[in-house]
Amino acid sequence: MFPANFGYVAARSIEEAIQLMAKHGEDGKLLAGGHSLIPAMKLRLTSPKTLIDLGTVPALHGIKLDGNNLVIGALTVHADVASSDLLRKHVPGLSEAAHVIGDVQVRNRGTIGGSCAHADPAADMPVILAALNASFTIQSASGTRAIKADEFFTDFYTTAMKENEVLTEVRIPLPGSGSGTAYAKLPHPASGYVVVSAGALITRQASGACTSARVFVGGLGSGPVRAVATEMELQGKPLTPQLIAAAAAKAAEETDPVEDSYADAEYKRAVAAVYARKAIEAAVGRVNV
Amino acid sequence: MAAEAQYTAVPVSITVNGVQYNATVEPRTLLVYFLREHLNLTGTHVGCDTSQCGACTVHLDGRAVKSCTILAVQANGATVKTIEGLANGEQFHPVQQGFQEKHGLQCGYCTPGMIMTAVHLLETNPNPSDDEIKHALEGNLCRCTGYVNIVESIKWAAQKMGGKNVSR
Repeated sequence: MFPANFGYVAARSIEEAIQLMAKHGEDGKLLAGGHSLIPAMKLRLTSPKTLIDLGTVPALHGIKLDGNNLVIGALTVHADVASSDLLRKHVPGLSEAAHVIGDVQVRNRGTIGGSCAHADPAADMPVILAALNASFTIQSASGTRAIKADEFFTDFYTTAMKENEVLTEVRIPLPGSGSGTAYAKLPHPASGYVVVSAGALITRQASGACTSARVFVGGLGSGPVRAVATEMELQGKPLTPQLIAAAAAKAAEETDPVEDSYADAEYKRAVAAVYARKAIEAAVGRVNV
Repeated sequence: MAAEAQYTAVPVSITVNGVQYNATVEPRTLLVYFLREHLNLTGTHVGCDTSQCGACTVHLDGRAVKSCTILAVQANGATVKTIEGLANGEQFHPVQQGFQEKHGLQCGYCTPGMIMTAVHLLETNPNPSDDEIKHALEGNLCRCTGYVNIVESIKWAAQKMGGKNVSR
C-alpha cells in the first residue's frame, strides 16, 4: 500500500516549521514519528498535499528537569519516555504508560507529541498526562502559549490547537512529596489499543489521609474523562482498600462509553471501575512520604 | 527563507549494512520498498503492510522499527541494518544460529523480522526472562504459530552470547 503522492520538506527549526505551515496552509500536515499519520495515509483515510517533517528539528527531542517541571520534547519517542531514569523516579505512572504503547517497534518510532496531537480516543498518553496535570506548550508565529492536558483533547481526533500552531513540548509539574502516580490498562488483545485505562496521581498525608486525587479514565469517550466522583470520594479520607474500591466504583459514573464490536458500554463501565482501582492502589503504593 | 517542498524526487543518503547509498526517491516511498526495490535487499519482508506484523523490521540507528511505516525520506542521514547485514561473512549471528538450532521457523516468512527484533532485544537486555522475550515480540506475528520455538531460539542465542553484545 502506498500513500497518494505528496510533497515533502524537512524543517530545520521550529520557526521554519511554523513558516512552512503558514505557506502551505490547509494543504500542509506536520509529520512527527508518523506512526499514526503514515498508516492513515497508506489507507487513504487522509491525503495531505505536503508533509512538513519535524523529525529533523533537534530542539524537539529530549527529556529534562526545568525547575519544578519535567519537560519532554514533542518528538521524544515512547521508548525513551519508558526508559528515562528521570521520569521513572518522579512519574513512574508515565513510564509504565509509555511501556505498554503498541509494541517495541512502535515505541521506538512513535512520539509523545505525535500521539497527543493525533488525539486518538484509544491512546495511552492523553490519559496519564491528564492525570499528571501536564500542559502542552504550543508555538505559533504570534508566540507561545500553554494548554492544560484536560482542556487539550476536545473531541475525537481533535485538539484545542489551531492550524498554524506546533506542539513543541509536554510539561509535567513535579508531583509533591507524599505523591504517587500510576497507569493501568486493559489493552485490546489484537491491536493493543486501550479498551479502558486509568491514570492516577494521589497525594497522601503522613497520617494516611488523601490530600488530593486526580483520576482520569480512557476508552470511555472522545478523550480522557475525569473521574470527578472518584476524586471526591477519596478526598480527605484514609486511603483504605475499602475506600479505594468504593471510590473506583464511581469512575464511570455519568459517562456514555463508545461501544464497539469488542466491548459494549456496560462492560466498559464495569471495567473502568476495576482499572481505576488498580491505578489508585498502585499510585498509593508508590507514595513516598 | 523556508525550505521548498519536493514533490517528485527527494535526494537521500542512507547507510545500509555499512554501505552508503545516495539516491533520489518519491516522498511516498516507504523505507521497506527502498530496501527491497531500490537496493534489491529482499530479505526484509512485507507482511501486513499495516504496521502490525513486524515482518518488515529493520534497525534504524540501532533500534528495531517497522520499515513499512517509515518513509525513506525520514531515514535520510540514518544508518539501517537489515537481515542481510547480520552475519559476519559465513558466520551466522548467534540469533540466526539459535533459530536454526531450535527450529525457530516453519515457513520462514516472519523470520527476518523476528530475528531483527530479537537482536535489538539482546543488545538492550542481554539476559531476558521468558516474559521479557514475549513482551519484546509483541510486534511480530508468526502465522505458523511457532512462538514456543522462537522464544527457545532467542534463549539459546542469549546463552550463546553469554550476556555480551556481539553485533557488529
